[in-house]
Formats: sequence, C-alpha cells, structure tokens
Amino acid sequence: MACCRTVRTYLVVACGGVLGALARWAVSLGLPHTPGSWPWATVTVNLTGCLAIGLLLAVLLARSPGHPWLRPFLATGVLGGYTTFSTFAVDAAQLVEAGRWPVAAAYVLVSALGGLLAVVVGLAAGRRVVR
Amino acid sequence: MTALWVALGALVGAPLRLAADRAAARWRGTGTVVGILAVNVAGSLVLGAVLGARDLDPAVVALVGTGFCGTLTTFSTFGYDVVRLVEERRVGRALGYLGGSLVLGLAAAAVGYAALR
Repeated sequence: MACCRTVRTYLVVACGGVLGALARWAVSLGLPHTPGSWPWATVTVNLTGCLAIGLLLAVLLARSPGHPWLRPFLATGVLGGYTTFSTFAVDAAQLVEAGRWPVAAAYVLVSALGGLLAVVVGLAAGRRVVR
Repeated sequence: MTALWVALGALVGAPLRLAADRAAARWRGTGTVVGILAVNVAGSLVLGAVLGARDLDPAVVALVGTGFCGTLTTFSTFGYDVVRLVEERRVGRALGYLGGSLVLGLAAAAVGYAALR
C-alpha cells in the first residue's frame, strides 16, 4: 500500500539519520573544535560523506535502482545525517567573526571543492566496481 | 546523555529533510534541488542562532544544534546533486546551486550567529 510505503520510508530515513548523526557527534568528540579554529571534525565528516555517497549511489543505481529502502536508509538517512551543511556554514561564520578571513575562505574552498572532488572520485570508483 | 539528545534531534531532522525534498519535488518536479537548498539555509540560520546564543544549556545545543540542525542539513546530497547536474549537462544550474547554497547558507549562518549574541 502506498501509505505503508511512505511511512516505512520516513521511518527508515529517521533511523538512518540517527545513526549518521551519532557517528558525526563521535567524530566531533575525537576532533574537538573551538569557535574560530580550523574545523577538522566538520571537514572530516563532509569529505568522507561525499566520497561515500558517490561510491554508494554509483553501486546502488547500477545494481538495484528500484530497491525500496536502501537509498532512503543509507543515502538520505545515514549519510544525510552524518554530513552537515549547517555546521559548515556556522564554522565559516565563526572564522569570519574571529577576523580570520583567509582561513574562512580556505575552509569554504576546501569544503566545497573538496566535497565535489570526493563525490567525483567516489562515483568513479563505484562505477569501476560495478562495471 | 548527550548522545540521547543528539539522537532525538536527528530523529526529527532527517524525516523533515525528506518531507521538504518531497514537497519541493511535487512543486518543481523530480530532481529539483530547491528542497535541500531550503533546509540547508534554514538549518544554517537556526544553528547560527543556537551557537551564537550566550549561556545556552549544553543539552539544548546537542538536541537542537548537533542533532536537529546537523541532521536536517546535508553536505553529501548537496555535493552529489551538484555533480549530478553537471553530468546531466545542466552546468549553469549546477553552478547556480553551488553558489546559491554557499552565499545563502553562509549569510543565514552569519545572521543567526549575530541575532542572539
């Protein structure tokens, strides 16, 4: 039934989101950050998460594009919760607030270009695996 | 205890992101990035306010900040969608989405951060 499928998708995304968020929180404990310093934890989760989503979707879209819950659980849920745009944006705002403009600019560049590069590398690696 | 607050916030944030993405898809068609753009900007504004506020209870920061805002927003889907748009040869849209997310997201975070200080 369509309504059951919708409810299941939301539940699966919620569960995956919790797992991803807890993993992100664990990384932030391992790489503590004070406002205005280089945000290693956020860079780590966002770049590894971008690599992982490229790998995952390359494999998933080739092998089982119609799978009912794998993409919602792993991509929308786990990786969506593991990576964060808001922390990235506030980290950058805090660097600016601290007067560290060049570091803020470097952080935005590393996150954005690094994230896109990570997706491209993940997609290429995943496509090699399933070819 | 902090883990519980993070988990509770994420339990709401992740499905809300899906709901926004689906609402945007009904409005603009499948494959639109408007829903993710909206949650990323809104989440940046709220997180800015949470982290900018003075003397906020650490439990509130864990629940609303790390859990809810952190999970409502996403960097992996954002990055994937930019690359997907380029692969679909919609380069102008990809660049607009990339630039728009950065400008609006950073501005929202800065406004939120300054608002409650």
